[in-house]
Amino acid sequence: MTVKQWFKSGSPWVWLNAGAIAISMIMVVGLLSLILVRGFSHFWPAPILETTVTQPDGRQVQVMGELSRSQTLPAEVLRDAGVDIPREINLVTRHLIKQGNRDVWGRDFVWYPETGMEEWRFPADAMRLERRERGDFFGYPVRLMEAGRTVAEGDDLWPELQQRVARANDIFDEIRRIERREIGSVNQRMERVRLDERRLEMDRRAGRIDRATQEEAMAELEARRAELTQEFAVLQERLDTLYQDVRRDTLVARVSDGREVDLSLAQIIRAVKPNDMSVVSKMGLYVAQFWDFLSGYPREANTEGGILPAIFGTVTMVFVMSIIVSPFGVLAAIYLREYARQGPLLRMIRISVYNLAGVPSIVFGVFGLGFFVYFVGGAVDQQFFPEALPSPTFGTPGLLWASLTLALLTLPVVIVATEEGLARIPSTIRHGSLALGATKAETLWKVVVPLATPAMMTGLILAIARAAGEVAPLMLVGVVKLAPTLPVDGNFPFIHLERKIMHLGFHIFDVGFQSPNVEAAQPLVYATAMTLVVLIVMLNLTAISIRNSLREKYRSESD
Amino acid sequence: MDATMTQTDNSAPASSHGIASSLFENPNAKRLKLSDERIALEVKDLNLYYGEEQALKNISLKLAANRVTAFIGPSGCGKSTLLRCFNRMNDLVDACRIEGSISLEGKDIYDRKVDVAELRRRVGMVFQKPNPFPKSIFENVAYGLRLQGVRNRQVLSEVVERALRGAALWDEVKDRLNQNAFGLSGGQQQRLVIARAIAIEPEVILLDEPASALDPISTAKIEELIYELKEDYTILIVTHNMQQAARVSDYTAYMYLGEMVEYGDTMTLFTNPKKKATEDYITGRYG
Repeated sequence: MTVKQWFKSGSPWVWLNAGAIAISMIMVVGLLSLILVRGFSHFWPAPILETTVTQPDGRQVQVMGELSRSQTLPAEVLRDAGVDIPREINLVTRHLIKQGNRDVWGRDFVWYPETGMEEWRFPADAMRLERRERGDFFGYPVRLMEAGRTVAEGDDLWPELQQRVARANDIFDEIRRIERREIGSVNQRMERVRLDERRLEMDRRAGRIDRATQEEAMAELEARRAELTQEFAVLQERLDTLYQDVRRDTLVARVSDGREVDLSLAQIIRAVKPNDMSVVSKMGLYVAQFWDFLSGYPREANTEGGILPAIFGTVTMVFVMSIIVSPFGVLAAIYLREYARQGPLLRMIRISVYNLAGVPSIVFGVFGLGFFVYFVGGAVDQQFFPEALPSPTFGTPGLLWASLTLALLTLPVVIVATEEGLARIPSTIRHGSLALGATKAETLWKVVVPLATPAMMTGLILAIARAAGEVAPLMLVGVVKLAPTLPVDGNFPFIHLERKIMHLGFHIFDVGFQSPNVEAAQPLVYATAMTLVVLIVMLNLTAISIRNSLREKYRSESD
Repeated sequence: MDATMTQTDNSAPASSHGIASSLFENPNAKRLKLSDERIALEVKDLNLYYGEEQALKNISLKLAANRVTAFIGPSGCGKSTLLRCFNRMNDLVDACRIEGSISLEGKDIYDRKVDVAELRRRVGMVFQKPNPFPKSIFENVAYGLRLQGVRNRQVLSEVVERALRGAALWDEVKDRLNQNAFGLSGGQQQRLVIARAIAIEPEVILLDEPASALDPISTAKIEELIYELKEDYTILIVTHNMQQAARVSDYTAYMYLGEMVEYGDTMTLFTNPKKKATEDYITGRYG
């Protein structure tokens, strides 16, 4: 077959198309598997290695920790960096060891060249402690102390340690609960009392109430404040006892160079001996660590701990956005398609709306900050929260403004999808309704709009997918690296639209690129990215299943 | 619904022999006189324009109550347009302009004071393609009543049953009233749409080629239904199919290029047309 015939047969096109698909698939699968593999593998307990490294100057260093990664480099590179390497060596393999113990060593990730490294040992007794502060600890347990006297040593030590760590964790959970929930609630009510006082003061100055009324109300508030102070004192007292309780036990541990270190059990989240664990118990640990990641609060400048606030913030923001954008977009689309007179003006409006989708998202962020936060938020504060000024309530970035900005960003998607859905409804169905004496509005709301709901859901799905992954505008209008409180809690009014939130996308950026400890943060970036991808997929699947059930309900012969 | 899409009715060219036998099938076929009838609708000097183009030219005719009047003619002759004037569906077309008058029971329906929704309740319409709503069978039939604010479940059930019986559909659907109407066959859907129209008890029913999208058996059922419905309603039917017109109608109007060529009782028009053009059309010599 000649080349010409081959071209004419059309097979080059088939190959070209198939090739394009294959490349796309490879990219998608590659991206997802990188994120999933790195994200999931982070929580698998790594073995603890111990070895002796002889430095070029003859000094010997005992090294203990987890292997983070290895690389082979030309010796030149390292010589340029000031490492002393013998002339005859051209390629150097080096290992990054996570040796933890930031409080003892100062640095928790250190590169060691393979030259001068003894064989690795994996001692069964090696222990890793996950701590609330200063990262992981690697060492050997020596003895357990309670108030200065030894309570366990040798073989008894490990089970006793596990028990006491569990106890300390229970106490710590209680402390957290009191601090977050109860003291948080007292503080909020106290703040409200303060604001009420200021409002009374302002009302009196403005002449809205007289002095007697003010004083009467003030006395009442004073009584409330005394009550709250009392409540606070009780809680504080309980906290003090709990803190004392939690600090009762101390673990003495030996680090690799032989020194002994005292560790308060209050600091320890989990003690494990990975070298001594079976595959099954490693799996259990894996699940537990993964759960901690999903359900915990971040620690150590976000490089450790969990991402619950970020998951929570992302989901809440997407929900609030959906609640805002759906009615807005649907009503706008209905007007554009059904009521507005088709003409050049409408065409221009439609083009503008469509082009809104192409505006870079950071521009929406700037607009959100300038318009929503400062202008609208400022006005809301003047009107409704004057007593809190000069500290802003809504006049500062927060959940509501972030959601509104995203709603604006995704509005064109919803409008376009809804309009297309409305346009697809056959005119015979509209005519059928009109011929029965229905008005245009009745036809619209009883027949046309229900039929277009699957299309609206499609728009919402696209909007959610876009909104959940957006980061740039959010940095300006309400997302922060560390939010002290969740946007939803048990205190009235339960959803706090003015609060700042954390967001998975921004969390990735922050942990990966703004972190003081890059090596510690890197696996978390993958794990967080994986969580974000899974979250978006889940939100989408929910919306898609709703759409499919709607489609089934309004299945028509025209489909 | 693919089976119902075959347009069996329109494929065969009309022949005088076929029409004669169709007339024979019509139990009502007898010579009628318009002057003996009660007049339900009267069209006077009707002109209709789509923009610059005139679609209906000087139409004047009287339509008998409780009779079936068929409008026949080649595609584009304006018969559907004329039909849509009776319930003002042409109002939905932006560029459409109407001169002249149509009166229903003596009152001009194009009067400015007329409530169009109210008019459409009195003049029901069934379209070429079945167009049930994406609702249950029950809700489809109850739709018109709900629009009028009827909430009482008892009343709704009674009316729905009566309408479905009237449309000869009750026995086929009585056990699945709550199922989606799209589950019905094309012929059943068309009868459902007729039930939906008669549920609100209109005075006039407009049928715009009601059987053209249906198979022969469904078509026969619809035609039977039309005989029965004229007891209670004035029926206007547009059809491409002359046998059908001969089978079901009492009066027939032949239209060509927007003009009313000939109008009279079906028997006379088909057996003894006054105009050459009519004869040419019904004997298949047209075009």
